[in-house]
Amino acid sequence: MAEIISPMAGVVAEIKVSVGDEVSPGQEIVIMESMKMMIPIEADKGGKVKEILVNVGDFVNEGDVIVVLEN
Amino acid sequence: MFKKVLVANRGEIACRVIRACKEMGIRTVAIYSEADKEALHVKMADEAYLVGPAPSAQSYLNIDRIIEVARESGSEAIHPGYGFLAENPAFIERVEQNGIVFIGPNSEAVKAMGLKVEARRIMKSAGVPIVPGTVDPISSLDEAKKVASEIGYPVILKASAGGGGIGMQIARDEAELEQAFNMCQKRAQAYFGDPTVYIEKYIEKPRHIEIQVLADKHGNVIHVNERECSIQRRHQKVIEEAPSTVVTPELRKRMGEAAVAAARSINYDNAGTVEFIVDPNLNFYFLEMNTRIQVEHPVTEMTTGIDLVKWQIRIAYGEKLALRQEDVVINGHAIECRIYAEDPDKNFMPSPGKITKLVWPQGEGIRIDAGVYEGWSVTPYYDPLLAKMIAWGKDREEARIRMINALRSTVIEGIKTNIGFHIGALSHPLFIEGKTYTTFVEDMKNYK
Repeated sequence: MAEIISPMAGVVAEIKVSVGDEVSPGQEIVIMESMKMMIPIEADKGGKVKEILVNVGDFVNEGDVIVVLEN
Repeated sequence: MFKKVLVANRGEIACRVIRACKEMGIRTVAIYSEADKEALHVKMADEAYLVGPAPSAQSYLNIDRIIEVARESGSEAIHPGYGFLAENPAFIERVEQNGIVFIGPNSEAVKAMGLKVEARRIMKSAGVPIVPGTVDPISSLDEAKKVASEIGYPVILKASAGGGGIGMQIARDEAELEQAFNMCQKRAQAYFGDPTVYIEKYIEKPRHIEIQVLADKHGNVIHVNERECSIQRRHQKVIEEAPSTVVTPELRKRMGEAAVAAARSINYDNAGTVEFIVDPNLNFYFLEMNTRIQVEHPVTEMTTGIDLVKWQIRIAYGEKLALRQEDVVINGHAIECRIYAEDPDKNFMPSPGKITKLVWPQGEGIRIDAGVYEGWSVTPYYDPLLAKMIAWGKDREEARIRMINALRSTVIEGIKTNIGFHIGALSHPLFIEGKTYTTFVEDMKNYK
């Protein structure tokens, strides 16, 4: 299990994966918008997307889990 | 003079405009979003009205609601600040249709400068030098290749409807051009809904130097010297100064005359800025005209004693410029650092959050234009500018030393800021020597 955590507060602008997708390290998972910037959030490890905890437009705090991967 | 002015903005610029109004005995009306109920500009204004939810499209860009508030509050004029609705001709027209004065230029002048290709064409015919390149929009790769080989590589592709550096692509040869053209077109469509691009010669080691102009509604136009704004990250300015280390009185006169000619060519009124790109041989070329107050206006105010925001209000009211060109002098040197909520160690990643401790510096020649206070939570909905710190000195070195000391004695806790970056930049040999090109942030990293 690996959790992808939001590094800052912001709004979810785009979700680039679906549950069940295999992702590789460095792959963009979610695009966050914060302070007029689009920030790609990448997977640091590879794995299979088990759960997506956010929707586009959701407000996310720093440290919130956005996606759960299973290895 | 106006009795009441609505400030259609937030953050430090709203506070700056409110301060000018207070000094002129004008009552102020603030607008705010749900995220900004406790914001500094709301506390400073005489009255404040909620205009919508946090996202700016529903609040600070909500034209219908802002006009409604202006009417309801009995505001005679609207100051737009910068960003948001400042350069939106449709907004200006709506304001005027409602019998309210827009504190800024006429909508025709804003329209003329809004489309970058059109602006180049106007400037060319007004005799203002432009960067070699196209004055017509380009829609095919073949056309792009033809133009690029005529003007010579490297070239830069820009979105015709664009700004803020979004979509800009550099190509050093024909192979790079294809990719750059496609990318630029794609971004132009995505961000501005218009895939039109144009091509310019890419100037190596450029400086970004702009001229402040003031024009009244009676045909008087003056320039208020230059600002050197070359130090940027992600094509956005971070440190500005006046005067520029490379502008001689003779060059200032020529650039100033070109800026005045640019303003006259579009019947400009109010405060505006003509941006030039300057090459290492000090040739200057028109880049664009910003038809609003600039973020970095304080460095001009500190070195000339001219309050630009007050003049914006007086001009909008119909007053004649009481200043002649020969009244504009340069007194000393001023440097501005933009304090952003961001982490320079993580590629300037945004850092919203609660400011748990805040102590601004004090001392001779220090000015702080802030939009935040201790205990305020910086939201992720708007831009990361917390405040501008400006230092004045009798010369550049005195201003630089004062700025570094002011930065060092500032305390901001709870969020990350770029204060450390500023101290490093101002202490760097490249800054001390005045080698401030638009590549400064990279040059600093590569310096040996």
